Amino acid sequence: MSIDTAPTVSATALDATSGAATRRDILHRLLMTLGPILAALVIAGCILLAVGVDPLAYYGYVLEKGLFSPLGIQQTLTRMAPLLFLAAGLIVAFRAGMWNLGGDGQFLLGAVTAAASAPVFVQIMPFWLALTCSFLIAVVVAMIWSLVPALLRAYQGVNEIITTLMMTFLGTSLANVLVKLVFRDPGTTVPQTRTLPVEDRLPRLFDTTITSGLLLGLAAIIIVHLVMTRTAFGLKLRIVGANPRAAVHAGLGVPGLTTAVFAISAGLAGLAGAVDIIGVQGNVRADWNPAYGLAVIPAVFLARMNGFAAIGFVFLLSVLSIGGESAARRLGVPNHFTLVLVSIVLIVLALAEYVDHRYNQSRKA
Amino acid sequence: MTGLFSAVFLSALLFGAVTAAIPLLLAGLGEQMSEKAGVLNIGIEGMLLAGAYLGFVGAFYSGSLWLGFVTGAAGGAAVALIMALLCVRIGLNQIVIGIALTLGLEGLTALLHHFQFSRSYPRLPAADATVIPLLSDIPVIGPAFFKHHLIVYLAVALVFGMGYLYRRTQLGLNLQAAGDKPAALDVAGIDVIKTRTIAVLTTGALAGLGGAYLANVGAGLFIPFITNGAGFLGIVLAMLARGRPVWVLFGALLFGVCLSLTTAMQVAGINIPTDVIQMLPFLAVMIMLVLFGRRASLPAALGIPYERGAR
Amino acid sequence: MSSLSSSSVAARDIVALEGVTKRFPGIVANDSVDLSIRPGEVQVLLGENGAGKSTLIGMLSGLLQPDEGRILVDGKPTPITSPRHALALGIGTVFQHMMLVPTLTVAENLLLGGRWWQRPRTEELAARVAEITSTLGITVKLHAKVSELSLGEQQQVEILRAMVRKSRLLILDESTSMLTPKGIDELGALMRRLVEQGLAIVFITHKLKEAAAFGDRISVLKLGRKVGEIPPERFRALGEQAIISEIVELMFGKQSDDPEAVERPVRTVHAEAAPLLQVADLAVAPTDNAPGLSSISFDIRPGEILGIAGIDGNGQKQLAEALAGQRAATGGSVRLEGVAIEALSVGERRRRGLRYLTDDRLGEGTVGTFPVSINFFLKQVGAAPFWRNGVEQRAEIDKRATQLVREYDVRTPSLKTPVARLSGGNIQKVLLARELAEGAKMVIFNKPTYGLDLANTLASRQRIRDTAARGLAVLLISTDLEELLSMCDRIAVIANGALVGTVENVDDARTKVGRLMIGLAA
Repeated sequence: MSIDTAPTVSATALDATSGAATRRDILHRLLMTLGPILAALVIAGCILLAVGVDPLAYYGYVLEKGLFSPLGIQQTLTRMAPLLFLAAGLIVAFRAGMWNLGGDGQFLLGAVTAAASAPVFVQIMPFWLALTCSFLIAVVVAMIWSLVPALLRAYQGVNEIITTLMMTFLGTSLANVLVKLVFRDPGTTVPQTRTLPVEDRLPRLFDTTITSGLLLGLAAIIIVHLVMTRTAFGLKLRIVGANPRAAVHAGLGVPGLTTAVFAISAGLAGLAGAVDIIGVQGNVRADWNPAYGLAVIPAVFLARMNGFAAIGFVFLLSVLSIGGESAARRLGVPNHFTLVLVSIVLIVLALAEYVDHRYNQSRKA
Repeated sequence: MTGLFSAVFLSALLFGAVTAAIPLLLAGLGEQMSEKAGVLNIGIEGMLLAGAYLGFVGAFYSGSLWLGFVTGAAGGAAVALIMALLCVRIGLNQIVIGIALTLGLEGLTALLHHFQFSRSYPRLPAADATVIPLLSDIPVIGPAFFKHHLIVYLAVALVFGMGYLYRRTQLGLNLQAAGDKPAALDVAGIDVIKTRTIAVLTTGALAGLGGAYLANVGAGLFIPFITNGAGFLGIVLAMLARGRPVWVLFGALLFGVCLSLTTAMQVAGINIPTDVIQMLPFLAVMIMLVLFGRRASLPAALGIPYERGAR
Repeated sequence: MSSLSSSSVAARDIVALEGVTKRFPGIVANDSVDLSIRPGEVQVLLGENGAGKSTLIGMLSGLLQPDEGRILVDGKPTPITSPRHALALGIGTVFQHMMLVPTLTVAENLLLGGRWWQRPRTEELAARVAEITSTLGITVKLHAKVSELSLGEQQQVEILRAMVRKSRLLILDESTSMLTPKGIDELGALMRRLVEQGLAIVFITHKLKEAAAFGDRISVLKLGRKVGEIPPERFRALGEQAIISEIVELMFGKQSDDPEAVERPVRTVHAEAAPLLQVADLAVAPTDNAPGLSSISFDIRPGEILGIAGIDGNGQKQLAEALAGQRAATGGSVRLEGVAIEALSVGERRRRGLRYLTDDRLGEGTVGTFPVSINFFLKQVGAAPFWRNGVEQRAEIDKRATQLVREYDVRTPSLKTPVARLSGGNIQKVLLARELAEGAKMVIFNKPTYGLDLANTLASRQRIRDTAARGLAVLLISTDLEELLSMCDRIAVIANGALVGTVENVDDARTKVGRLMIGLAA
């Protein structure tokens, strides 16, 4: 499937000639995306049937709770905020050909540092400055956390899949250690960090419960998309991703760019953690790990690393997980079913792309 | 502090280390074979889970631990079959499908467990140990290493079997060629797809066996997400071992000791978060990589689907 | 096997093709080709790139299946279904790109292909290898890792492998492209000994002289069709020159001469002009898979073409990369217009006018999935006017790309076509446009015609001549001696990472360069 860093975006964007052809392309792409999703829903429905749950009732409930109920949609949009940051970070990394699988560790460390610093800062600084500083610290910590895999990859050629995986295990443990030993709130019996008062968190949008982190996330992913597709810096990263040897040949400083990619990707993951804490959670409990990182990877693949498409898939993922959590309580289907659904969508979509590619080839022949 | 270093404690600690190491060992050995043949198997976590769940189901309903191992290995192999069809046969992206399989099996096993066992949480009886005469009488070492279930000894023997396979057999040559220069293997008249499929299926069976051991012998029950990243650890071990099975064994034991230490300290009521100890093996490996991090020599064609005649 | 040798009734074909056609998306690679391959005969398949030679070999070795027509083995129609089947039928192939596993030893590579449950039969192999090598007069290091062997040695291993498997038909695909003149002669002698033992050989090449020197029978392919054949009787009757002119007529129509033999125009290089590029004592450390460079020194004056001759893999690429700044030098100086540039980055050297046209067009020269337009500017990412404040200026890029496409005659469906979809010749034009664009003062051409068809080869050579004529300094690295002789003012010979001599390109340059290449004094 075309999850290589093919510059589909800039290639189509350079197209200024035939509007009709592009419209057909978009239609085709839409079909190629929605068709497999429908097929996956059917297959997953069969699994539900097998365990004795009415799939229509389940899907209906998920949609109602995740999308159509006022509370549900607000929760869904709130859930999107950290996921958008994570997706933005993964887009940078994957387009540059780096498999940063360490998002969860970076996320948690960002979350813990934000949780530790924000309650302190709000007491000594103006509100906005305090939050900005907390965000910055979270970003820096996550960036530092990515430094070892980045340097190993850039200067020693050590495969980043192993190193980022190890750093994510390490980071998860370290986050727990920090919560339990260093930043523990002495006022509670459960090990957790000090809670940021609700009035000191990121403001909610209008009269809803939606966090304004959503807007930050949307801004982040759109900026990342534009940088990757429209700027010299983004093009350099894409060259490194698509053909590292060509990057050396063209005189790009590949080690420096590699380090930059890891730093940006990790920084965005750290921001995701900070936004989730400062916007929604308010504190970090010991052993808290929502494992968003692994869940967002499929969304980014499905979006073919396109920022705008990723927004759509992150929304879908949020609907499924919020709806799934409600359904778990009401219908007794554990929300892990969402994982099954995501997995099937991913596989069916990959297959559909393969079949489509084959069909195109045989038609040309 | 005396309690920490008593002989009983020490042998219990080492016993636990071996128990914790076996799933990692089997996953690592399996992953190693896939990687040797040029397939990066990120789905191994899913294969472990499939093995753990089906292994438990098999053992629970039949009452036979061995049948549980068979169903577990079959479960892992079944997931591997999907991987082989999608990634080896038709060449889909190995990382995408691997992650999809891991997520899918996490969800599926949790779902099935919920509907089947979540009310009763049944447990299996403790596994029978095969006590090795004489050796098991050695103080500390004996009870730690020579009173395990038979499958443990088999797994360790497998390490050396694998070493022999890679160095001394035709299949070993074929596997290495499939990972380093598949086109050369193809023109030598050996089917690359078939060779890689064998490797991936073996990976699945080994991981499934590891999962079954984890659930049936290690824990005595199945709970969702029971593998807790053991598959990813297996990937790390395989990549660090650079094709040598014995290194997987050493690595697995190192991680096993740390995992066992965390449990032991909880039991002993020592007031350090277990996370500190869980970090140790990763820290050790990362420090080693930073100090000696020369290019990890991965197979040249790792992760690249083979298509005959493509350049 | 040897009982068949030199018997005059050996006229029965081992393998015959009858009306074989193979189509790929968009092209007919082979169009009802007939071919008969006989024991005791070297059958030369001659044709340019894209003539369909590789496709034909693919079908003979079981990698591809014909769409129409049939293949007869020993007179019986036999579809060759897989490489294993081809081997079982006694068809062994030495591919153009080495088909050995670099991480295994020679012995292990030879053993590859046994049934998977078997133990490798090492002793049996050693005996068999000794038997074969003694009759062929070659030596092979069985326990050396393949990655440690030279390309020539690797090729011998591949031929040996075909012999170990008792091949009756040996196919050699472009086997001389990596060899020294001496190595080529040795291969020719080896082929002769093999056919005397009763083997059939199919020898694929695009070099006319080799075809005439080594063949018994020549078939000429052109655009997928077999356009002519010279049978052994005629072959023996004609002299070398007569054969060559006959082939040329078959391949290119009515040209009476070798089209590559362009008279070298006498250029006047001002001997007193200050050198544009001065290289002194340049040294590069060797790496695991590449030789180092030691004390490389030369000057190039404006308008001069300096050739670097030598067998592939003797440090040519390292030299080019060290000059371009892609590879760290451990010593020596490089001066462009008198200014030391050895400490500068790739980009800075380019801005000062030093250009490097790589031989690896898809591997490092371009990003295959990126559009043609972007590939023109890969080395200028971020530079005005194509980027302003780091933001891409599509209109500027497209405008300039359109100009370059026209100027360099790049045949592309559109500017946004991924560059990898273009033919090799058109990709080379993209690279030429990129490197020769404004500001070039000194250009390194690394194997600029490698793998191109004749038309594109001639066009590329003309570009290089024009470049020198504009007063630029040119370093031309090539493994094709004819090419160097037809273009250069002086030719330096590289061996083991050092320049072993420099020769003025006058009358007896050919012999002198040839002697230097095989390690004799000029």
